Amino acid sequence: MKRFFAQCYIWLLLVVLYAPIVFIAIFSFTESKVLGNWTGFSTKLYTNLFTGDMQGSGALVSAIENTILIALVAATVATILGTVAAIGIHNMRGKGKQAINFLNNIPILNPDIITGVSLFLLFVFLHISQGYATVILAHITLCTPYVVLNVLPKLTQMNPNIYEAALDLGATPYQALRKVLMPLLKPGMISGFILAFTMSLDDFAITFFTRGTVGLDTLSTYIYTDARKGGLTPELRPLITLMFVGVLVLLIVINIRAMRNAKNNAR
Amino acid sequence: MSRFSKRSTWALPYVIFLVLFVALPLIIIILYAFQDSSGNFSLGNFAKFVTDADAIGTFALSLEVAIENTLICILLGYPAAWILANKKLNRSAVTVVLFILPMWINALMRTLATAELFHMLGIQLGKGTLIVGMVYDYLPFMIYPIYNILSKMDKSYVEAASDLGATPWQVFWKVQVPLSMPGIISGVMMVFMPTVSTFAISEFLTNNKIKLFGTIIQENINSSMWNYGAALSLVMLIIIGITSLLQDNKKEVNGVV
Amino acid sequence: MRMENKDYIIELNNISKSFGDKVILNDVSIKVKKGEFVTILGPSGCGKTTLLRLLAGFGEADSGEIRINGNDYTHVPPHLRPVNTVFQRYALFPHLDVYENIAFGLKLQKVPGNEIDKIVRKVLKMVSMNDYEDRDVESLSGGQQQRVAIARAIANQPKVLLLDEPLAALDLKMRKDMQIELKEMHKKLGITFIYVTHDQEEALTLSDTIIVMNEGKIQQIGTPTDIYNEPQNSFVADFIGESNILNGTMVKDKLVEFVGHEFECIDEGFGENAPVDVVVRPEDIYIVRNLESAQFTAKVKSCTFKGVHYEMFVDTDKGYELMIQDYNAFAPEQEVGLIIRPADIQVMHKERTCNTFEGEMVDETHVKFMDETFECLPQADAKAGEKVTVQVDFSKVDLIDHIEDGTLEGDVHFIIYKGDHYHLTILTDEGYHIWVDTTDIWDKGDLVGINIAPADIKIVKNNE
Repeated sequence: MKRFFAQCYIWLLLVVLYAPIVFIAIFSFTESKVLGNWTGFSTKLYTNLFTGDMQGSGALVSAIENTILIALVAATVATILGTVAAIGIHNMRGKGKQAINFLNNIPILNPDIITGVSLFLLFVFLHISQGYATVILAHITLCTPYVVLNVLPKLTQMNPNIYEAALDLGATPYQALRKVLMPLLKPGMISGFILAFTMSLDDFAITFFTRGTVGLDTLSTYIYTDARKGGLTPELRPLITLMFVGVLVLLIVINIRAMRNAKNNAR
Repeated sequence: MSRFSKRSTWALPYVIFLVLFVALPLIIIILYAFQDSSGNFSLGNFAKFVTDADAIGTFALSLEVAIENTLICILLGYPAAWILANKKLNRSAVTVVLFILPMWINALMRTLATAELFHMLGIQLGKGTLIVGMVYDYLPFMIYPIYNILSKMDKSYVEAASDLGATPWQVFWKVQVPLSMPGIISGVMMVFMPTVSTFAISEFLTNNKIKLFGTIIQENINSSMWNYGAALSLVMLIIIGITSLLQDNKKEVNGVV
Repeated sequence: MRMENKDYIIELNNISKSFGDKVILNDVSIKVKKGEFVTILGPSGCGKTTLLRLLAGFGEADSGEIRINGNDYTHVPPHLRPVNTVFQRYALFPHLDVYENIAFGLKLQKVPGNEIDKIVRKVLKMVSMNDYEDRDVESLSGGQQQRVAIARAIANQPKVLLLDEPLAALDLKMRKDMQIELKEMHKKLGITFIYVTHDQEEALTLSDTIIVMNEGKIQQIGTPTDIYNEPQNSFVADFIGESNILNGTMVKDKLVEFVGHEFECIDEGFGENAPVDVVVRPEDIYIVRNLESAQFTAKVKSCTFKGVHYEMFVDTDKGYELMIQDYNAFAPEQEVGLIIRPADIQVMHKERTCNTFEGEMVDETHVKFMDETFECLPQADAKAGEKVTVQVDFSKVDLIDHIEDGTLEGDVHFIIYKGDHYHLTILTDEGYHIWVDTTDIWDKGDLVGINIAPADIKIVKNNE
């Protein structure tokens, strides 16, 4: 009985949590301009989204392109910068290490609005005109700490003699780095990259403050302006639905692979 | 060893980056906060904030909403995390993923969807919808860290406590809750911090009727009131600082106990 | 160019190394013959692992010279040295399987593929791990990982194999089996093994030569038999095997006094009435029922069966406690007679008879040594800043629990039981050694406060 109530509670929470997304997904299959007004089944919004046949379509498409491009560049740079930094930090001692760890935590702990405002004021202060470059810089600032935090544990978990063992067996320092250190850090770098990529995709406040006045929009800022103009562009509904399905499929694939690995290891 | 330890210089590029894009911007916030618009040292921005009933009211409301949201998230999230942690391993993992999944969807989109749902159900947008919507957005952030701690907790603590004569209720309050404190604290950090600083989300959920502190900062910055905006940002930074100090202290207390 | 003796595969000359203020190795010199099995033995922190790492090239000595096979390798990086290491915690590459781990070094040397296959199979056979080639290293047990680590190191065909406590992480049974296998492997390979351990039994079992180290210095070098039977100082006597270590006096040649009795011995040349340390192994004390025929008597305190022999603690007639091993059991409270033969008494020079420090007068009643000012008895015509030598008897140093109440703080570094008291080595926080005789029981690592009464500080002027 207790079990049953517990089960019900969990499912109730999930239903409530998913209600808005399901609601959007349902109404992505109708043409109505207003949400909640069912005017018959249609896939027109989907075709519109893909053909770009809608009002202000150019803006939405370029916002999607910007979002992906910025996330890719920021996550890539953050992964390289963060991995090199993690190797350095791992080999530091004492006060210097503490200071870097403290600074590294600031962009994680700080609310996005503070990070956004502080970078905005920095660019104003240094008279740097804002646009693509400043948004990417800001996103790198946001993302790199997550990469560092994902790579550092891989270094501390690593047997401290591993690198020396490679040298001992005749590897030059560069070979030891490439053949031993890098493969062992790879899982941390990948999870760091994925986290950095999603942080960048999801960001609104930092982009909002650092994009300047050149009319640069990412998906988040597009939705913000769009919603303030009154009402969601109908084509956003299929976009939300597709993104949700995409994430769902991705997570299912990851989970199945993880389960398979667990099984393989148990064998 | 000596060869490898030279690797410490590898941190240098990132150190420069951190100084330029993390430390310097914060210093500039402080600099702007203590200047008037013509660049002279001034406490005027803070005086303006303290005497502006509107700003103070918004500030108080933001804190209130953030605290309420955090409390509701704990009340709803702890039982959920507890149930999930006590489930059979495999099935709970799948359910936990279900809880985390919405976090991967763009927060603005989720919030818009929620607001539209309220709209369709005919619910008037206001403070009520603001809090419910925020709980929607942030509940997963509370459940996940608590679940993490609870599921890793050694079951023998519970067994030891009941062996020593504690009732299930006492086991829960005297053993499990104190031991899961770090999870609750990181949950609080992940819920309280963003709610106190949010701006777009609150606008969507109340149809611009209720302004939160983040919105005031944004409005001032956008209307080029940089010095006042910086001062307000500094006030928020101090709140964040105090909250994170709380976290550090709690950790130490837990360590001693 | 000096002529180097080609018999020595490794020569370490006057190696010193410090980390910060801490001296890890202090002027260490070692010569190792080709094909020898050499063990470096010592307690943790004695510098043995650092020495091995310098030999492998992980770090450079502050001073001194490392020669391998007659060539100078002092500044050569690790990947160019003809030595390979078996690490304590294996350090296998987790992203590579067993085959790839072993082939790692060979592939770097660009050895052709079929040659690599042959070598990998050969070394796997040598460590009895054939058929494990494709296994994931993390799926192996500790013992198996250790075998792969050894195989990986010998696959490179090094001139010298360095082993850093390779068996420390294994359980007792596994350790014993691996010891035998290592010994056989050493014979088969014919290369030099340098083996680091803190386990004296392991060292005695495996080695041709044992190097005993403590506090960054070599204490004794010798064969296992030499080290066991003729320890050169009380540290070695205490560290290797069980022993009774006692304060004694060399009355004259071939006559030594300890535990309140005089004994004939075979040592000479210490002078008359010289203070010495005496070592008697517990199995070298004969225990008899007949009290008249014995040299001295004792009362049995405890008797424990140890598998082959009985281990007994007895209180002697003059109040000393001795450990005795015998095949016969004697009941507690029983009066017994004890006999020690001259050849079984090992007499050693005392390294020191009291604490000696270099000091400086602060004023007439204060002297500064070990970076701390102590009150002393008034010194006639002492000038401030005058350099003096300070002496303090071992038994006059006060150790107290409350470290805040001590003039100095330190921790108990080493303990030797001397029959009726403990002889402690205390390491102060400032890095000085103080030796203390006490009947109080302390444990290694205990934090202590240190006080010295003014009357117990003896000041000797340097010019006198």
